[in-house]
Order: sequence, then structure tokens, then C-alpha cells
Amino acid sequence: MSLEGAIAAHRFGLGARPGEIEAAAAAPRAWLLRQLDSPADQPQPLDGGAPFQPGGVLVSALIQYRKDREAEKAQASAAMPAPDPVKLFFKTFVAAYTREMAARFALGFTSEKPFAERLVWFWSNHFTVSALNPAAITFVGAFEREAIRPNIAGSFEDMLLAVTRHPAMQLYLDNAQSIGPDSLAGKFTGKGINENLGRELMELHTLGVDGGYTQADVIALAKILTGWSIDRDGGPATGFRYYPARHEPGDIVLRGKTYNGGEDAGIAALKDLAHDPATARHIAMKFAVQFIADDPPPASVARLEKNFLQSGGDLRALAETAVNDPAAWKPGRGKMRSPVEYTAAAMRLLGWPRGGDEDKQVKGVMAATRMMGEFPLAAPSPKGWPDNSDAWSGPDALLNRIQWAKELGNRLPQSFDAVAIADAGLGPLLQADTRAAMKSSASPGDAMALLVASPEFQRR
Amino acid sequence: MLDRRSILKTALAAGAMSVWDAPVRFAFASVPTDRRFVVVILRGALDGLAAAPPYGDPDYKSVRGALALDTTGTNALHDLDGHFGLHPALTNMKAMWDAKELVVFQNISSPYRDRSHFDGQNVLETGGTGPHVLGDGWLNRALKPMGLANGDGALAIAASPPLMLSGSGKVSSWMPSVMPQPDAAFLQRVRALYAGDPILGASLDRAIDTEAKADAAMDDKPKTPEQMAQRVGSYGDLTPLFTGAGKLLARDDGPRIAVLDASGWDTHVNEGAGDGQLARRLRALDAGLDAMKTALGPAWKKTAVVMATEFGRTAAPNGNGGTDHGTAGAAFLLGGAVQGGTVRAEWVGLKPSALKDGRDQPPQTDMRVLFKSVLADHMGVSRRDLDGTVFPDSGGVAPAGALFAA
Repeated sequence: MSLEGAIAAHRFGLGARPGEIEAAAAAPRAWLLRQLDSPADQPQPLDGGAPFQPGGVLVSALIQYRKDREAEKAQASAAMPAPDPVKLFFKTFVAAYTREMAARFALGFTSEKPFAERLVWFWSNHFTVSALNPAAITFVGAFEREAIRPNIAGSFEDMLLAVTRHPAMQLYLDNAQSIGPDSLAGKFTGKGINENLGRELMELHTLGVDGGYTQADVIALAKILTGWSIDRDGGPATGFRYYPARHEPGDIVLRGKTYNGGEDAGIAALKDLAHDPATARHIAMKFAVQFIADDPPPASVARLEKNFLQSGGDLRALAETAVNDPAAWKPGRGKMRSPVEYTAAAMRLLGWPRGGDEDKQVKGVMAATRMMGEFPLAAPSPKGWPDNSDAWSGPDALLNRIQWAKELGNRLPQSFDAVAIADAGLGPLLQADTRAAMKSSASPGDAMALLVASPEFQRR
Repeated sequence: MLDRRSILKTALAAGAMSVWDAPVRFAFASVPTDRRFVVVILRGALDGLAAAPPYGDPDYKSVRGALALDTTGTNALHDLDGHFGLHPALTNMKAMWDAKELVVFQNISSPYRDRSHFDGQNVLETGGTGPHVLGDGWLNRALKPMGLANGDGALAIAASPPLMLSGSGKVSSWMPSVMPQPDAAFLQRVRALYAGDPILGASLDRAIDTEAKADAAMDDKPKTPEQMAQRVGSYGDLTPLFTGAGKLLARDDGPRIAVLDASGWDTHVNEGAGDGQLARRLRALDAGLDAMKTALGPAWKKTAVVMATEFGRTAAPNGNGGTDHGTAGAAFLLGGAVQGGTVRAEWVGLKPSALKDGRDQPPQTDMRVLFKSVLADHMGVSRRDLDGTVFPDSGGVAPAGALFAA
């Protein structure tokens, strides 16, 4: 079976589903790039119920929710206390997040465009918004649907603009409340700017920490972005609104260039940052670490950087450059899978769904993934989840994975050909000693557990 | 006490070849010291002026504005020395102060002078003079001179060790788990597959060893799902982690070094004063410390805990009732081994001219002074090792002295 087909499915994809390596084998690079010809898939509700709501609708819903709670509080008395707002928040917005993440997990298990899905996960993590932030949890699902998925093969500039305007980012990095001190609103309220988005936008999203900016630039970008906020009237579907009365007036100098002009100043600043050579360098390194190695060859990083600059941040061209890089196809030990990648690969290997209570199965995988230390759109900081093998191979992390592999094996039926599944799912990546250990296992479930725990399956 | 024989018996009685018989890791080696050293990394940049308010400073109230803490009433700060206080949520730490087991550091910072969380944490953890100057953690480099680099000596309460404890010295990691117990025979077979892997084999050895100790240390081994959930705790609850650390550290054959992460200090919005967001987080930290002290039992007397953050925050509130990234802040040294009851601060006031860039707490004391003090005077690391390998080229940074009984 084709080694390159197996590498395509595992290193660039999410792990092979039955038949996937054969499908990729004839022309692995074309198989990967074809996945970018149509828009990325959107997760669909597993319960078949109401579709996931747009960010703008959710902004309105959250504003209404707050009004309702205030009204209840005002009407409450000792005899008739108001319902617990925290409980209500969990029942509505937190439950909606969990429902959407279940769909996102399931899409990872079943996607027929696994390279596109990997790119979605990569960019969502690059532009981290986190459900650990109660202000953002309502919007992180919509964020990925609206700002990330439509742009994975588009331009970096478009993605950056969509991301920065999205209610999830506006709330997560506190820009929704940032007010120009000399603006009308600033003079009236005495409130001022919040530096959080201005800083992380340059440090994490574009230039990188060594990309050439100062504390004065952080303040300047924060001022340029004042007025960008969520739509407090719950207006148009995007949930974004520019408030001129909150925008810092006058010339603002960012990295030596003067910006002036309300909302357009912010758009111009983001475009300049998107096309800066430091951004090309920063993105090239992260992309190479994701798809090539923890410590990627400098020549590979240089190729990606050059491509990003020359193409003006064409993300399809960037993906193509990575796919065409010989270093990415080097056989041998790959990187450790992150927990989300690891559990998805196991479910793909088994060809999920294969009957039983699918909802329960997905929830079980979600809980196990969280236990292993990762959960989608819920990173502990704006830097996102780490992307190096060391982060996922610590003693406790590894033991959790092995325990889960065993539990997974215990839940499989009593009779099936585990070695055949291993051959189909890993092809030439399956090691001889793993195959031998599987053959001498007491049950196919045990054999499968060994395979999922094996070094070649821990890695990609 | 761990009864290794009973574990062996159980495993053998189950008919499985026991993983404890494997040439994997066998004896729980004796450790060369009975001193314990715990580092709590406060990720996210703790507001030092909220945690240890200089309420006696003439400019405190005007600079802090709505974030100034009350000195009377239900949410009154705890007075320490008439000038500095502790946040009202830190009641257990106040008790430690009264028992002379707490030293408060103010205007302290790592050598890092910019305001990125991630670079700041990199400097705090590597002990370098700038971000990414060094690739491994200072506490890992200190393991060898302490004789604790064999894997039994140091433990991260985390899925994977943080950078501060990462490097060539062997360490383990552990978290309270709700996963079912590993099956020894299965682990043995997986271990065989990991034989040729440069990372996974050694990592699994450490895991098996630590898990066995943790099982023996936890007298309240969870049986029902409810008990398991309790052991892991709810989100934001630090006591399960601190309790686990304390119980493992308390063991004769347990680790001597532990690192814990406590995040959630990045209070850009609605920080709150005596009550609110930051107060809740500080209360969780304070409860965690008390739980660890209880779990340590008599070993508390041999223990020093350092709590440090990557940098402080702006002295004045920002536009959203929060604070933005700053420079220096507060750090804490506590434990039964500490000679405490003092505040170490080169205090220069809160006037704009005294603040760094007119906004941040000024960096007056190098964080490495605190780290070196514990390593030298509590853990017995020589100045030569401290200035040479642990904190390379740091001869100009001397331990503080008088933080531990001679």
C-alpha cells in the first residue's frame, strides 16, 4: 500500500478512515488540494434539531437574556426570588456551545475533507477565542463557522478582518468595551482604552512577538480599534458594529505610519499588518511546525514565508506550498497528535459511526479528550493550544491516552478482524512489532487498544 | 506508607504479569533530602497591588481609584505592617503571616521588561535574561545539584511538565484522574511497543511510578462517579490539585519538588476590589494553599512554597475597571520552613515619577533573588551552581538571606 497515501491521510489529514489511504494513494498531493476546491464543511447538529445560530442573532439573544435577568431581579422578592442566572446561562448558552462542539467532534470523525478540517482547526487555534471566557462562550462556535471556515483557502487579510470584527474576538480580547479617551463617549464616561486586542493582534495574530512593535504601538492599535464593538441593538446578522462616538479622534501613529479616518483607519491598519513581512515569517513558522515538524527545516519555513509574501497572503497557495514540500513527506516518526487529533484519528480508524448510541459515544470522546488536556475553542490563553510533541507526551497525559485506548477496546464487539483494520488504517505506517502484538492479543478489542496506544498511532 | 507488596500481590492474584516485575522501574529510590520546595506559577499576571496592597502609601487611594481596598468593614484588607496588607480573600495566608511563615515581596520582577504574557512566562520559567535565551527550565537545571534528577525527585501537577521543570533532568507529572485504573498487563505490553521511542518509553515509566505513589498516598480513593468528580473538583477549584501535591510530597519516598499552575489572573475587565472576579480567584488560591498545608502534615515544617507571576499590572485601573499588563508585581514565599512575617519591598511610592513608564510597578528586586534564596538556603544548592548553570551568568544577583532559619 502507498506510503505517501498513508502520510497524506495521517500527517495532513485527521487519520485514515477505511478506504482513505487507497483513495489518496494514486495522487496524494492532488487528493489533499482537491479538498480546498469547495468551501469547508460546516458542522451539523447531531440531534437534527434547529441549526446553529449566526453570531448576530446570538448577540441579540444574549442582550435579551441580560434584560430578562435584570427584570427578574427587579421583580424578585424574598418570597419569590429570581431564578439563578448562572444556572440559566448554563442551560442556554453553555448547553448550545456543548451541542455545537459535539457536532464539531463528529465532523472530525467523519469528514471526507480531512485536510480542510485540519486547516480549520489550525486557523481556529491561531486566532484563539476561548469558551473559558464567559463573555465569549456564546460566540466561539459561530466564530469558527463565520470567520474561519469560509476563509481557509481565501486570503489572510479577509480572515484577519473577519476574525477581528467577530463578536467572539471583540468580547474575548475586551475590545468591545474599549473607548477612545478623547472620543465623545470617553469624555462623557471618563472611560478609556483596553490594550488587550491591540497587543495580541500584533503579537499572536500577525507580526509575532519579535515582529517589530513597541508598547506605544500597542496603545496606538488599541486606539485605532476603538469604536469596533458588538452591536448593542442586536442589528445586522454579523453582530459587529462600529460606534463613531467611541472612536479616538485625530491622527494615530502606528509603527511609523499615520492613520486617521474612523472605521477605515482600523481596516487600513489590519491590512498593513496582514501584508507585513514579519507576519509572513510568523505564519510560515507556525504552518511549518503544524504540518512538517516541531523543529522544521529552515528551507521549508523560508519557502512558506516567500510564498505568503509573494501571494499577498493567499492561504490556498500557502497550503499548496506545504503539501508540495518534500520535508513534509519524510517517513519516520512524526509529531505527537494533540488530544483532539488523537481521539478523532481513533474514531476515523474504526469508521465511526458503526451503530449504538452515537450521541453518547461522541460525548464520551469529548470528555476523554478534555481529560487528556485539550478541548476545541477552549484554550487557556489567547496563545491557543500548544503545537509541539512535548506538550502532549508528559507522563500523566500519556497515561490518560493509554487508559482511554484500553477503555475504547473494551467497548468494541467480541469478533472482528483488528489486524485488517490496522492494515487498512495505517498501511505501511504500521510497525511490525505492533502488528505482532495485536496478533497475539486475547481479543480484538485488546488488539485495537494496543494499536490506538501504539507509538505510530500516537504520532502523525 | 506505600505497601508495595500488597500492590504486587493484587496484580499477581489477578493473574496478570505485574508491571512492577518488569525491568521498567522498580524500587522507589530513597531521596537525598527531606526538604520540600513547591513553586506555584500564577499565569496571567497577578495584580500585585491587589494581592498585597500598599494601603499606607499616601497615593494608594487616588492611584487605585475604584480598585482601592477598604481598611474597615466586611471586605477589609488584612493589615500586615501598617503599610502593606493582604487582600481580604487571603485569610489563610494571613494566618501564615501571623505564624511567621509568610514573606511578601513587592516591586519584584523577572529580568523581562516587555508586556507579553508568553514571553514573560518564558523568562520566568527558563530563568534567562530574555525570552527564548534558554531552552530548558531553571528548576530542572537545579535538580542535578540537589541530587533530584533521577525522576523520583520532581513532580509537575499537570498533564505534561511546564517549561520551568522541563529539561534534561528526569521529572514526572500527575493529575487527579477520573479514568479507570490502568491494567498492569496491558501497560506492560504497551511499554514494550514504546521501547524504541525516544520520548514515549521514558514518559510512560515515570507515569507508572507516580501513579502507584499517588494511589498509595490518596487515602480517599474514589469509588463512585460522584467521588471521582469530587477528586477532580469543579472548574476553578484548586484544592484537588493542591491536596494531591501535598499528599505526594508528604510521603517519605515522594517527590521533593513540585510545580503547580494556577491561571486566571489576567484581569483586564471588572477586576473588582474586596469582592468580585479577582477576589474569587484569590480565595480559591488561598483555599488551595491551606489544603496543601493540611495534606503535607508534619512535612509542612520542611516546606517552602514560592508563588510567582510573569509580571504585574498597571497601577491605575484601565477604562474597563480592570488593569493592563505591567512590569513588577508581588511574589510570596511561605511554608513551615520559612522565617517569615516580613515584607521585602524597596518601596518608592506610587507617584507617576516612581512608576515604570509612569504606569507600572517599578522593578526593584530581581525575581531570581527569591528563587536563588530558596535553592541556596533551603535546598542547599551552592552559589557556584546557582550562578553558573541554574541561572547562567547571574553572579551579580545574590540570594536575599535571612529567609530561612540558619
